[in-house]
Amino acid sequence: MPKTLSPSKPKTNPARELVFGDLWEFDPAPETADPKLKKKYDIFINGRFVPSRSGKYFATINPATEAKIADIALADASDVDAACSAAQRAFINWGRLPGKERGKYLYRIARLLQDHAREFAVAETMDGGKPIKESRDFDVPMAAAHFFYHAGWADKLEFLAPGRQLAPHGVVGQVIPWNFPLLMLAWKIAPALAAGNCVVLKPAETTSITALKFGEICQEAGLPNGVVNIVSGAGETGAAVINHPLTSKVAFTGSTEVGKIIMRSLAGTEKKMTMELGGKAANIIFDDAPLDQAVEGIVNGIFFNQGHVCCAGSRLLVQESIADEVLAKLKRRIAVLRVGDPLDKNTDLGAINSAEQLAKITDLVKSGVAEGAEKHDNGCKLPAKGFFFRPTIFANVSMSHRIAREEIFGPVLSILTFRTLEEAVEKANNTAYGLSAGVWTDKGSRILKMSTLLKAGVVWANTYNKFDPTSPFGGSKESGFGREGGKQGLLDYLTVH
Amino acid sequence: MPAAVKAPASLRRLFDEIGTVDHVGIEERVVKYTTRSIKKKSKVFGLRLAVSMVDLTTLEGKDTPGKVASLCQKALTPHDTGGIPSTAAVCVYPAMVKHAKKHVAGTKVKVASVATAFPSGQAPLKTRLAEVRAAVNDGADEIDMVINRGAFLSGEFGLMQDEIAAVVEACGVARLKVILEVSELETYHNIRAASFLAMRVIRPNDFIKTSTGKTSSNATLGNNQVMLEAIRDHFLATGVPIAMKPAGGIRTAKQALHFLIAVKETLGDEWLNNRRYRFGASALLNDLVRQLEKERTGAYQAPWNFSEATEGY
Repeated sequence: MPKTLSPSKPKTNPARELVFGDLWEFDPAPETADPKLKKKYDIFINGRFVPSRSGKYFATINPATEAKIADIALADASDVDAACSAAQRAFINWGRLPGKERGKYLYRIARLLQDHAREFAVAETMDGGKPIKESRDFDVPMAAAHFFYHAGWADKLEFLAPGRQLAPHGVVGQVIPWNFPLLMLAWKIAPALAAGNCVVLKPAETTSITALKFGEICQEAGLPNGVVNIVSGAGETGAAVINHPLTSKVAFTGSTEVGKIIMRSLAGTEKKMTMELGGKAANIIFDDAPLDQAVEGIVNGIFFNQGHVCCAGSRLLVQESIADEVLAKLKRRIAVLRVGDPLDKNTDLGAINSAEQLAKITDLVKSGVAEGAEKHDNGCKLPAKGFFFRPTIFANVSMSHRIAREEIFGPVLSILTFRTLEEAVEKANNTAYGLSAGVWTDKGSRILKMSTLLKAGVVWANTYNKFDPTSPFGGSKESGFGREGGKQGLLDYLTVH
Repeated sequence: MPAAVKAPASLRRLFDEIGTVDHVGIEERVVKYTTRSIKKKSKVFGLRLAVSMVDLTTLEGKDTPGKVASLCQKALTPHDTGGIPSTAAVCVYPAMVKHAKKHVAGTKVKVASVATAFPSGQAPLKTRLAEVRAAVNDGADEIDMVINRGAFLSGEFGLMQDEIAAVVEACGVARLKVILEVSELETYHNIRAASFLAMRVIRPNDFIKTSTGKTSSNATLGNNQVMLEAIRDHFLATGVPIAMKPAGGIRTAKQALHFLIAVKETLGDEWLNNRRYRFGASALLNDLVRQLEKERTGAYQAPWNFSEATEGY
């Protein structure tokens, strides 16, 4: 009879916790593709890059190093006027061009974006701070996908509303945010051009580079002059675009605060509007959900793009019976998230977009601590320079806390609990916003029930932050109106008679 | 036992206890491992770690003492340039154990033997246990057994666990690796369930293992992840650490690094060693050595320097 090992007398690790240490550290793995940046970027009007009339420039910096990248021309009202006039002139031909021909240009733009994918990914990461793996695997491919999708629609518009007459608006004014600079540009420009409109677009002040590089793509694609015009600048430039008499439709993505100002200024005009504004999404976890995958979805929902996502799952609603387990799993998961140089291919969380945004996040996190919520972060080292924030989780949050009500727009998750489905719905809907929500459960019928009860434009089931050009995206309540993507998004760029 | 309380009821009870797995979510998680970029020193560390975790395997009808001798030599010295560690073990059929033992006795390299009517397990329990004892008597340090998949799939969990417990006893001091044969269990749900059933009857630092390598699909990042998460949950609940061995289908150094990243980010540093993690592989070792040589010399060696053969270079 052979000797035996002592029968399962467990050799217990008293702490009984996993060790995520530095046994196997990863060396830096920077993306080295050349972003082909210029020292100075002019505004793009009528197919050419021209200096602003005032001759003024402002600096754009890399939020990960705080180093200046380039000077960007500051467009004022007279530049916007020139852009709108160019767009109006271009519309005479572009609006009449057969859809099939417009489609060819869009296909060409999509393919050029793919050709220049690495260059755009690096530029996007340097200017905005998002990790290279996201700009490389999400932003740029998804931007190209939007152009491909709408290229396909260009000659099939009549099928959008059978039996009705469709016509483009003419000149469309568009203002986009800094969280997905190139992708938001694609969401706006692709459907507008497919429908036969011409565009004047203002990128966000801190992230103008990829928009202006897109001007180079338009030139390379041979797009007729004036069909796309890009005017860089700050709030005043945006206001000039929105209020210009020639823009017959405006599309805005950004904060609810600015959205309200725009709507006020356009009240009483004939302009059509679509607004994609803030959010404070509830991500709801029922006790029968596959917890590890739910945790993965929670992490993806709040830490994707440092939480700079309007549909971020920033309020986690967990059924009370599993709250401790979910928190423990979340803490273990964020222990292996890597914060640092956005150009490093292994970075999970890059830099916060601006000093201003970092201050806002820091302030809200302080209020969370002051109001008595329990704060956890992964304690990782942060780079000495640049704007960085650790992935942070608040437990024991109640509905009255500021961190449960205000949009933080950063890597900060607030955990609330619920006991019954009704309570979950009540808490999820108790917000001014209504952009998105997530439901995690093994029970299909509960998913369907929740999706009808939740007041949100998008409800994800057993997943989070999934986007596709074919799927309309947009909000309700103070999260805005109108849709982007899909048939619905395209219809917003046409008048139906 | 009345037929009515068989498979569905007992499986459901088990899932109420251990929780379920979402297929799509697992696949999404593991894709992130493949985008990790391992360079320079961290690459060399990972490759050397992987070499030290290989169970260098030959499981063919045509195995001879001569081939086994050659295999052992390679396990001891994977390459003639210094600094490359020996592998964790050689893995052979029971009839070859005594031949292997001659060559590796007294070294760090262990002799592992598949037993229990590998790969199907379709022999009487008595026969399977006798095979285990024979291998251990011939000097096997580790036994790789297959579970009774038929018993699992028909809901007879008690039978499946009793058989594993019997093999544990027959092993004596030998480490046990329990092969779930994931391709025959088919779903991630079943893999999680079988992992828990096995872990509850084996000893600390015994292994659960994905596959025999004899069926169409073997170790993948997906089923590796499901098993790592099962090990984690079991450890956190009981304090009992269980080791893991993916086997079959891991042929390249790059794949091996992806599996190791999964270990690093799921179980942490205490599993990044060959007591807690192994690779069941044959062709993998040559690619690991090829990549290490490339890191050492700065250039890839000529293609004829490394073959796909397990026992040669």
